[in-house]
Amino acid sequence: MTTTAPTRPEAPEPEAPAVRTRRGLPRFGGTGLFVAGLVVAGLLTALSGWSWGLFAVYGIVLGTLVTYVGSRVVEGPRKATDRLVTCLVSSAFAIAMVPLVSLVYTVVSNGITRLDGTFFTNSMVGVVGEGGGAYHAIMGTLIITALAALISVPIGLLAAIYLVEYGRGKLKKALTFFVDVMTGIPSIVAGLFAYAFFVIFFGPGVRFGLGGAVALSVLMIPVVVRSSEEVLKLVPNELREASYALGVPKWRTITKVVIPTAIAGLGTSVTLAIARVIGETAPLLVIVGITAATNFDPFDGRMATLPVYAYYQLTQPGVPPQFGIDRAWTAALVLIIIVMALNVVARLISRFFAPKTGR
Amino acid sequence: MAKRIDVSDLDIFYGNFKAVEGVNVSIEPRSVTALIGPSGCGKSTFLRSLNRMHEVIPGARVEGKVVIDGQDLYGSDVDPVDVRRQIGMVFQRPNPFPTMSIYDNVVAGVRLNARKMKKSDLDDLVESSLKGANLWNEVKDRLDRPGSGLSGGQQQRLCIARAIAVQPEVLLMDEPCSALDPISTLAIEDLMTELKDRFTIVIVTHNMQQAARVSEQTGFFNLNGVGQPGRLIEFNPTEKIFSNPDQKATEDYISGRFG
Repeated sequence: MTTTAPTRPEAPEPEAPAVRTRRGLPRFGGTGLFVAGLVVAGLLTALSGWSWGLFAVYGIVLGTLVTYVGSRVVEGPRKATDRLVTCLVSSAFAIAMVPLVSLVYTVVSNGITRLDGTFFTNSMVGVVGEGGGAYHAIMGTLIITALAALISVPIGLLAAIYLVEYGRGKLKKALTFFVDVMTGIPSIVAGLFAYAFFVIFFGPGVRFGLGGAVALSVLMIPVVVRSSEEVLKLVPNELREASYALGVPKWRTITKVVIPTAIAGLGTSVTLAIARVIGETAPLLVIVGITAATNFDPFDGRMATLPVYAYYQLTQPGVPPQFGIDRAWTAALVLIIIVMALNVVARLISRFFAPKTGR
Repeated sequence: MAKRIDVSDLDIFYGNFKAVEGVNVSIEPRSVTALIGPSGCGKSTFLRSLNRMHEVIPGARVEGKVVIDGQDLYGSDVDPVDVRRQIGMVFQRPNPFPTMSIYDNVVAGVRLNARKMKKSDLDDLVESSLKGANLWNEVKDRLDRPGSGLSGGQQQRLCIARAIAVQPEVLLMDEPCSALDPISTLAIEDLMTELKDRFTIVIVTHNMQQAARVSEQTGFFNLNGVGQPGRLIEFNPTEKIFSNPDQKATEDYISGRFG
């Protein structure tokens, strides 16, 4: 074999291919290099006493470095840069996932102990230690949020329609500006606003569910306006013109063409706005308060809501404290489940109501 | 049904910008009138002013007269919505309503105007309109399918069916074939030849062969320079425009020489 080697350069060179092929790492080669880096990082960390944080830092730095250098040696600089950026982006994604996963894990593992039938059927009347539930708080949250949606969805949708279809000039600019300002209102301010507003009519110390709904509406309306506005803007102008050209008046064009075309997006924006306010604690703490008993009447008396319930179970858990703390975790878990369900509903709405292509 | 359109001293504005100046023209009933000219010269703007679609754009306005059978479209007591019911329009890009089936698209003009009609009458209207638009045979088995599932050429004919279903007197077409392939274009040109027995048709086109093929009268728009208003340079029978135009500018444009 060695004798053939010197003759090789003299062999007629094959025609240069139109596209230069490069040596490449085998499939999963990049991942393999990164894992190799991780292993080294693991060994390094183990030497200096194990810690997950240190391992993550070493792992990302070494893994990226090994992948880059390995790829540069084998594949050349362009491919290596590609792999370097892939490593950085993936690492950033992994880091972003850490708090989310850890939060869900903590809430589920702590909340699962009390996720039982009693929790969904009992209120806190006469409960000092073990047992008790959040039936009253779940119902309170649902009632108050539904009322808030009932107030803010019509106002928000109509405002969005005004801004997109009718508004022009200074008034439109002013409205858009104030909607933006409203988006930034701290939620406690919304609660204090509702409290101060209802104190005028019912005197100091007023606490009732509708007040909470009003406070939540203050937070919800700008969200509904903003997202509905974006959705309505997406409706192609051609459809409006097509409708006008058929001799359809503007208001009918809006109700029969624009809104049906945008209905999926509008449904999603409303659902997401509800999900946004359902977990609000501060305004409800101020204007709705807390109670141990079930109260279905939002016009009279204190109501319990899940976030406020969780807050009180955690800050005033009673003796021994463990039972209260468990209930707080479960309340948080139920709230997360409700928000997740709402997001699923939003997805389903946008899937079922989206204009069909029919292909 | 078809009506004559008389335009006199028409100036069209976008805000303070004068886009079209001093148009005087008579459009004959039961014929196809083509408008040609370079981009930005105001053909489409002029077309849209014929059924008051122009004023949909904020700040847009019109000065002058557009008279259809003795009625001034821009009279103070005229509702633009009524004008648009009499003068239908087909746009450059096919724009069927995505939420509606083929059937609903055709009757959209009737339904959206909340005119009550018996189901059998609606069925007849759908059939006659789709036949009028040469689309019936292709879609008669799938009237309940979404209109957006059709091909581009079919969608454009669906839009024509939708426009003629409200039984307008005039049909305006703004470059109806520019997004279509030659076969669909041919289908729509044939359709125009059929439709001109019943409607007055005005078509804007960039395709001079198309103008020569389908129209009886041709108007040539041009503008002197950027930022200046467009003008109707010449309006004559199509044959004359393409063989022996009065104006040098027309001849230059048609033969492909500019400036």
